[in-house]
Amino acid sequence: MTVVKRQPMPDAGATDVKALEPLLIELTRPGRGGRHVRAETNADIPPQFQRKAPLGLPELTEPQVVRHYTHLAELNYSVDGGMYPLGSCTMKYNPKVNDRAASLFADLHPRQSYRTTQGVLALAYELEQMLVKITGMDFVTLQPAAGAQSEFTALLMFKAYHAKRGDAKQRRRIIVPDSAHGTNPASAAMCGYQVTTVKSDARGNVDLEALKTALGPDVAGFMLTNPNTLGLFEERVREVCAAVHDAGGLVYGDGANMNALLGVARPGDLGFDCVHINVHKTFSTPHGAGGPGAGPLCVKMHLRPFLPKPWIVRESDGTYHYDTAREDREPESIGDSIGSVKQRLGNFGVLARAYTYIKTLGEEGLAETGRDAVLAANYLLALVREKYDVAYDRTPMHEFVLSAAKQKKQGATALDLSKALLDEGFHSPTVYFPLIVPEALMIEPTETEPKETLDAFAAALNRLADRAASDPASVHDAPKNTPLRRLDEVTAARNPKLKWQRPT
Amino acid sequence: MNENPYSPHTEADRTAMLERIGVRSVDELFNAIPRDARSPRLGIGAGMSEQEVQAHLEKLAALNKTAGSGPFFIGGPIQRRYIPAAVPVLALRGDFLTAYTPYQPEVSQGTLQAVFEYQSLLAELLAMDVVNSSMYDGASATAEAALMAVRLTGRKKVVVSSDVDFTFRRTLRTYARGAELEIVDVPTDRLASSADGAACVIVQHPDAFGTLVDVRAIADAAHEVGALCVQVTEPHALALLEPPGALGVDIAVGEGQPLGIPMSYGGPHLGIFACRGALVRQMPGRIAGQTVDADGVRGFVNTLQTREQHIRREKATSNICTNEALAAIHAAVYLSLLGPEGLRAAARAGVARAHALANRIAALPTCRIANDGAFFDRFTLRTEMGGWDLRLALLERGIQVEATASHYVDGKRRGRDDVIVQCTEMTSESDADALVDAVAEITGSRQAVAAR
Repeated sequence: MTVVKRQPMPDAGATDVKALEPLLIELTRPGRGGRHVRAETNADIPPQFQRKAPLGLPELTEPQVVRHYTHLAELNYSVDGGMYPLGSCTMKYNPKVNDRAASLFADLHPRQSYRTTQGVLALAYELEQMLVKITGMDFVTLQPAAGAQSEFTALLMFKAYHAKRGDAKQRRRIIVPDSAHGTNPASAAMCGYQVTTVKSDARGNVDLEALKTALGPDVAGFMLTNPNTLGLFEERVREVCAAVHDAGGLVYGDGANMNALLGVARPGDLGFDCVHINVHKTFSTPHGAGGPGAGPLCVKMHLRPFLPKPWIVRESDGTYHYDTAREDREPESIGDSIGSVKQRLGNFGVLARAYTYIKTLGEEGLAETGRDAVLAANYLLALVREKYDVAYDRTPMHEFVLSAAKQKKQGATALDLSKALLDEGFHSPTVYFPLIVPEALMIEPTETEPKETLDAFAAALNRLADRAASDPASVHDAPKNTPLRRLDEVTAARNPKLKWQRPT
Repeated sequence: MNENPYSPHTEADRTAMLERIGVRSVDELFNAIPRDARSPRLGIGAGMSEQEVQAHLEKLAALNKTAGSGPFFIGGPIQRRYIPAAVPVLALRGDFLTAYTPYQPEVSQGTLQAVFEYQSLLAELLAMDVVNSSMYDGASATAEAALMAVRLTGRKKVVVSSDVDFTFRRTLRTYARGAELEIVDVPTDRLASSADGAACVIVQHPDAFGTLVDVRAIADAAHEVGALCVQVTEPHALALLEPPGALGVDIAVGEGQPLGIPMSYGGPHLGIFACRGALVRQMPGRIAGQTVDADGVRGFVNTLQTREQHIRREKATSNICTNEALAAIHAAVYLSLLGPEGLRAAARAGVARAHALANRIAALPTCRIANDGAFFDRFTLRTEMGGWDLRLALLERGIQVEATASHYVDGKRRGRDDVIVQCTEMTSESDADALVDAVAEITGSRQAVAAR
């Protein structure tokens, strides 16, 4: 059992709260604090606007704050600390030089003139060019802040595309496979579309006949992840795209699994009209405990007019500016563009990290990345396939999906196994997704885990399968070696406590 | 030696792995991919060593003129503020930076408690019941607030003040294309009378031009006709101004970047999103909640997840998945370090410097302050020559300001051709001197003053 460091709970004895680390509000003492900014006592604010509500922020010393967050940080699992086999999340190593590169661009305001931000624009322009080449598309917007915002952006562009052709009013439906990420139908709904789900066939592909039945003049588009969330490459991807195009629809590529295709194949060569990239997956930018990410959207020529504004223009003399702001002046109209989802270049600090990563790896390194990701997944599957059911028995790409249906019958569910893995020192895989696999364990090792780690992880998974068979109750009790044991999520939702209560 | 610094496999490893899989080469794993699409030539050049990459990035960075390299008065939702040394040291620890979304709470208590504390700190600042764990930025938070009001009221009209920041209004208009909402722009003084039939009115206080707004009257008028009131706000202003929760506001949103997060040319930043407790089931985004573990120890989890896309799919309150948790942790560390007095000091500094500077500039015969009323920590400067040309002339002297001529939304410009001057605690006396001197010289006040 590791020793968990913590600050003493205040009022020890007077309270029965057991906790890993006090809340800031429990550490506060009136009068503590420090001079982090220059003192200023005057501010001319008319009395009717002045704050009368109390300002109950905690009063702490810097050492207290440092210890607090140091203790909290130590309670976290992270990529820096260990393997993160989360399927569809691509938790590869996050290179440190990327962070340092991004910090070079920290002191720049997005409303500065293009004259004072030529370095930003040069980097962004080159990144766009590289993404075009990697995806086989024609143009890119760097604006979306995450994959989901990129989906939303693309579907707005679909809507604008159909409007331009005069049939937006009748094209009210978006089709998604039953293996799709939840963001796909949610983005479609935000765009005002109805969502139709098509099933997968026995080989884990989109059921082409079912898709053709669902297609019609009321369909705006189809959203497809390839490789799909079963980790399988869509075997008839070109026929799928052609069928959608024949019905007058557009094909959206969800790039969540793009890591498998780096240097291996390009969505633009497979029939997709656009694809987004989660740079916080494919291009190694850190997940930041939930975000930030960035979701550049790469599109074919016919969708270009609808891309968010502004666009970067490179002059023949090697200088850059925005198309909407020659001499920084803004236009009378945004034309056919959908507008903007974030200002200018989106999460530039994240994009600068992705740029650094691509420059570091180069052509050969990127191709090796895709191949190694697929190699690692296939190797890991070979090590664990005897003890678990394999959802679809095909050669997977960068991830694969096991089913713990057998173990569930023995008394240990996918959830139990995922918790028991925590005791083994590994983060859990993605569980209960995709929805079409019962007791799903979705595993993506990524290319940055060495063979020794893959071996150790497989051994842990296999040990758990043995335990599920011999002593399922012990798996059901897990985890025991983590900072906390299983948490009561039902009470949390039924009786929500969403902020601290100030001690009275 | 392997040239790819992040690739762990030796040739022996690869051979052993292929053998175990039962194939002779990796190529055999790609049989499902159309043959003619395999292994494309990308044409992106060879890789570089870390040292070369670093040098290359430094060269690119040197082509920029940073905010700190001269007098700097550009602001709005994104502000150049002092970031205490401990903020990046703590918030960028690998345990936060490289952690995933806390879906396994047993090994994510650091993230979950830090986010719960962020929600609590912001709830104190805003005096609102519930704060979510973050949106992408202030702009998307504003758009999501409008969508939430539409769900709550069943109405499809949104009335927004044209004095709300133009980037927020652009994003709002873009988001509105999805649900096909009617967006009506009116000046702030007409919000109250335009609320009829609207899902919500959106007001910014202090507004994009720095002017203080009587939010309570607008909220009252909105409620009168069954509309919600959404307030766009700024975190430092809340230290000194009556907060949304005390003004009758239903949903409060804003850009959280000034809370210890670098400007980074526009992101990653922090979308603040808060609402009244009764509305929480329609709130977008993740929310951390308090609970206990199997041994009765206090802990935190993501809660009310039945609102979210991974559970509810097309019936979710939003499609948001990845958010800005790391920025929320920055904000929590920043507020913990500054405390109430530190935050007030930083806010007062911006106000005091803006007012002192405005007084000096207003004394120039060629200049006047064009705000419609009292202002906070930025003001609008109007001269004979027009803001656009003034901005450019100042830029030539190494002084950076923003002109309202860039405030276009859908081809329409708000306001006259003015310049906006933002001050913070980073604005120095010599910055102020430089601006006053340059404005005097450029607009001809120098001669005017000399002649008097």
